[in-house]
Amino acid sequence: MTIPVAMTVNGKPASGKVEARTLLVQFLREHLGMTGTHVGCDTSQCGACVVHVDGRSVKSCTMLAVQAEGAKVITIEGLAESAEKLHPMQEAFRENHALQCGFCTPGMVMSAIDMVKRHNYQLDEATVRRELEGNLCRCTGYHNIVKAILAAAPAMKSAGV
Amino acid sequence: MYDFHYHRPKTLADAANLLKGKDEARPMSGGMTLIPTLKQRLARPSDVVDLGGIKELAGIKVEGNNVVIGGMTRHADVASSADVKGAIPALAYLAGHIGDPQVRNRGTIGGSIANNDPAADYPGAVVALNATVTTNTGRHTADNFFKGLFETALSDGELVTSVSFPKAEKAAYMKFPNPASRYAMVGVFVAKTAGGVRVAVTGAGPCVFRVKAMEDALAKNFSSDAVKDIKIPADGLNSDIHASAEYRAHLVNVMARRAVDAANK
Ligand SMILES: Cc1cc2nc3c(=O)[nH]c(=O)nc-3n(C[C@H](O)[C@H](O)[C@H](O)COP(=O)(O)OP(=O)(O)OC[C@H]3O[C@@H](n4cnc5c(N)ncnc54)[C@H](O)[C@@H]3O)c2cc1C
Ligand code: FES
Ligand code: FES
Repeated sequence: MTIPVAMTVNGKPASGKVEARTLLVQFLREHLGMTGTHVGCDTSQCGACVVHVDGRSVKSCTMLAVQAEGAKVITIEGLAESAEKLHPMQEAFRENHALQCGFCTPGMVMSAIDMVKRHNYQLDEATVRRELEGNLCRCTGYHNIVKAILAAAPAMKSAGV
Repeated sequence: MYDFHYHRPKTLADAANLLKGKDEARPMSGGMTLIPTLKQRLARPSDVVDLGGIKELAGIKVEGNNVVIGGMTRHADVASSADVKGAIPALAYLAGHIGDPQVRNRGTIGGSIANNDPAADYPGAVVALNATVTTNTGRHTADNFFKGLFETALSDGELVTSVSFPKAEKAAYMKFPNPASRYAMVGVFVAKTAGGVRVAVTGAGPCVFRVKAMEDALAKNFSSDAVKDIKIPADGLNSDIHASAEYRAHLVNVMARRAVDAANK
């Protein structure tokens, strides 16, 4: 069954014809060629695929593309103003050496931004660790990811993002 | 994943019609259980009826002494609801400890109780608070709703529309989460309502169950001391790589005491 689907991705209209079973992450990667969003597992547990749908962080491997009909989707590609000016969360990841292989990073950054906003830019270490429950990293040991998120919260607030 | 016919009805009546007479049609709420199942080809529905577009199914209302939660209401919305936090803080706590933030942003109460995973959290609250499950065709009491492993009183095509929780005088939920999945290895919900004291255990057995001996003891003396010596038998409890039946039986007592202490705070 092919179905037309239309949504906004990073502020721009995006549409296509998909099968009912096409996952949102497949639509992003294979139809739109936006490969920043990763797939790390088959069990909805790793969070490498996290994007924002209508302002909420979701696992795009566990959502059908057709479920995003009419939605506003933000992916890792939609964060930086330019190649020179990263989003404060991306900048904090870079400053704090919060990535090694980088595979988990797009999902980490998307989850982290949602977390900071939901907690009104005020987070402590325990909250950050608990909120990262849905994101797995096999390299860093999380410590620098936690540091980066704690550093990004006030930076996001002053940048107004 | 095998392909299927996808439908996104706008009303409950349309959803019921789409499911009627189709043996292989399945409703979908948050999809956080259904989609992983489809990805593993453990199910092959002919049709998936997405309940996400039905406005009347989502939302939280306080009606008299009850908090009524629509079937399509996401875990994150229950966790952050001022109404739920005000009336039954233990229920908001429970919802806020399901899985991870992304699971809570999609998963729903209707999908969770319809699925009746033995390690799911909500069945504990539904049974301990003696909630009423409303469907498009009728009502089920909590004690009659959960039938066994992944089994409920719902008939084919019957949809959970809302769950009505009576306010509790005292209530708390304590879960010992599986450190990998966050599902309950054992979760105990203790509640004191106008209808009496109830103790519901999830995660430990094939299906949520009540512990009568603890309920009777707590009805006389609502303190953790009252249940300290009440052991539950390991027979019939779940045993897997995460925990033996004996360990789960032990955890029921520990979580029950912690829940009573939390409810008394
Ligand atoms: C990584 C991960 C961790 C998780 N951790 C936990 C946890 O710690 N605790 C916990 O309790 N759960 C956990 N879950 C499960 C999660 O809460 C699911 O959201 C929930 O079990 C199912 O809800 P859903 O809305 O996603 O249902 P769906 O996946 O849409 O549906 C589940 C089943 O119910 C049926 N159904 C859906 N809606 C209705 C309805 N209204 N009426 C009748 N039938 C319906 C469907 O046909 C399907 O069979 C976890 C899930 C994941 C992926
Ligand atoms: S790829 Fe989505 S959670 Fe792992
Ligand atoms: S940096 Fe390699 S998985 Fe996180």
